[in-house]
Amino acid sequence: MLAETPHAQKLGLALGGSASVTEDQKAGLIEVRVEPKFLMDVSKKLKELGFDHCVSVTAVDYPRENYMDVIWHVSSYSNEELGNKLVSLTVRISRDEPRVGSLVGVWESSLFSERETHEMFGVEFEGHPDLRPLLLPEELLGKWPLRKDFILPKRRSDLFRKGGAQP
Amino acid sequence: MSNITTAPFTYESLSQLTMKEGVLELQVGPAHAGSGHMRILVWVEGDTVVKVDPDIGFVHRGVEKLSEDRLYVKAIPIVERPNLVDTVNANLGYIIALEKLLGLEAPPRAQYIRVITAEISRIISHLYGIAIYGIFMGSSTVFMWALADREPFIDIMEELTGARLTYSHIIPGGVRWDLPKDFGERLEVALKYLEGRVSDYEKIWMNNPVVRARAEGVGILSGAKATELGVVGPNLRASGVKCDVRKCAPYSVYSDFDFDVPTFKEGDSYARLLIRVEEIKQSISILRQALKNIPEGKIIYEDYYKRMTPLMKSIYDEKGRVKFTSLLTSLSPPKGQSFSRVEGGRGEIFFYLISDGTKNPYRFRVVTPSFRNLPYFTHVMPGHKLADVPVIYGSIDYFPPEADRR
Repeated sequence: MLAETPHAQKLGLALGGSASVTEDQKAGLIEVRVEPKFLMDVSKKLKELGFDHCVSVTAVDYPRENYMDVIWHVSSYSNEELGNKLVSLTVRISRDEPRVGSLVGVWESSLFSERETHEMFGVEFEGHPDLRPLLLPEELLGKWPLRKDFILPKRRSDLFRKGGAQP
Repeated sequence: MSNITTAPFTYESLSQLTMKEGVLELQVGPAHAGSGHMRILVWVEGDTVVKVDPDIGFVHRGVEKLSEDRLYVKAIPIVERPNLVDTVNANLGYIIALEKLLGLEAPPRAQYIRVITAEISRIISHLYGIAIYGIFMGSSTVFMWALADREPFIDIMEELTGARLTYSHIIPGGVRWDLPKDFGERLEVALKYLEGRVSDYEKIWMNNPVVRARAEGVGILSGAKATELGVVGPNLRASGVKCDVRKCAPYSVYSDFDFDVPTFKEGDSYARLLIRVEEIKQSISILRQALKNIPEGKIIYEDYYKRMTPLMKSIYDEKGRVKFTSLLTSLSPPKGQSFSRVEGGRGEIFFYLISDGTKNPYRFRVVTPSFRNLPYFTHVMPGHKLADVPVIYGSIDYFPPEADRR
């Protein structure tokens, strides 16, 4: 489904050669993938093009392949034409050393989302001004609960179903 | 209190806070002292707020992790819980993302029913927001009025779905129940009642000199700054930014409807109150159009209907009720990703799903509007009097369970 549609081509040209731009036509999502070293440049260019706010920051964990994708979803309020587009800016980083530059300097709206992604995945956002824990209770700090190797304890209802626990 | 200058907002951590002598740290909450289930750390110099730090997460339940551990349909009740007074829009957002993954689309009648329930939910949410704003400013009357005025709509939803708040009415491929026969008339009665009440609110609440004195010019956020901070929903539009997902990136059948996106240029607490009332009026208009134009037809995706057992089909034909087929409970969408943006009562709700072809979502991301409205604490409250904190807090219609994703 990934294709070099006119939208993607146009954006690819505007961003220069450092980013690969494709459009997931089924999802309606324009995907920008960059190397970590080009992240700052590409994000600044995206902002200049009119993508003025960050909707979400998140990560996706792939333990078997030993990498993580950090994704910024950005859109636009000020530019009506871009308002119905959603662009995902993806960086692939190693799971052993999950470090990536913070984009708070570019999109201030990513502040709280990056804080959340830090505590949930253990991604270090370099240059982020405030990486204090946000949502988690103390006993879960440092355990990176949204990573795939964090297994939830079995629910009691499941145990009953298998006859494994007494009421 | 003459020479007070507010420090510019900085992100230094709490331990590094160096505050001048005479600065007092106040903790608002977390025991619901007008804060909701959250703690607001406020530093005041005299009576003036110099810095605010929202401490959230007290009711965090891990919606994302829970949903990644469950079947796709079992995530429906989970995504409803955070936005407890606006459950339909959260439900709708998740189902739109899921339907995109599955590559199917609900039939037109189901889409219209979705819009009707979503707009009822928006009215309920806005009334709740007005009620909370009222009690924060010390007006029990408006609190009682607005909460009571939700009841006709909650009753209507109860008749349709059997539940008062958490409906789980929208399912992949359609909706669970068709509209009852007298639904149109009952809704029209409720709408007429609400229209009358809105003019009452204008008399007792919006044109109240106390309210105007406390809210006008308080908590101003300019349009440019609101864009930069990425705030959402009615708060954003009260700052003059005309962005409503229903208009700028239409979903479901919203492009069929004729409605305005009200905006105010003031960006203060008073504008954030007025915009909710204006949006209620628009929702009333959308509901009337939907009732008039709702098409006949199936309320469930054709292919799912065909796979029903004869008993299920007879119940569907007789009562307009969709029984859960085994197919729905073992959905495994093809590999891929999808997202959805819907305009909830408080603003844009964002879902992002990744499927790896199994029965559980591989990645389940939800961003709620209150979470994105957090910068109001850090950027808007400083510089105001302490007594303005509840006014600003009430005006942004902040809902802690939603921000925490309870």
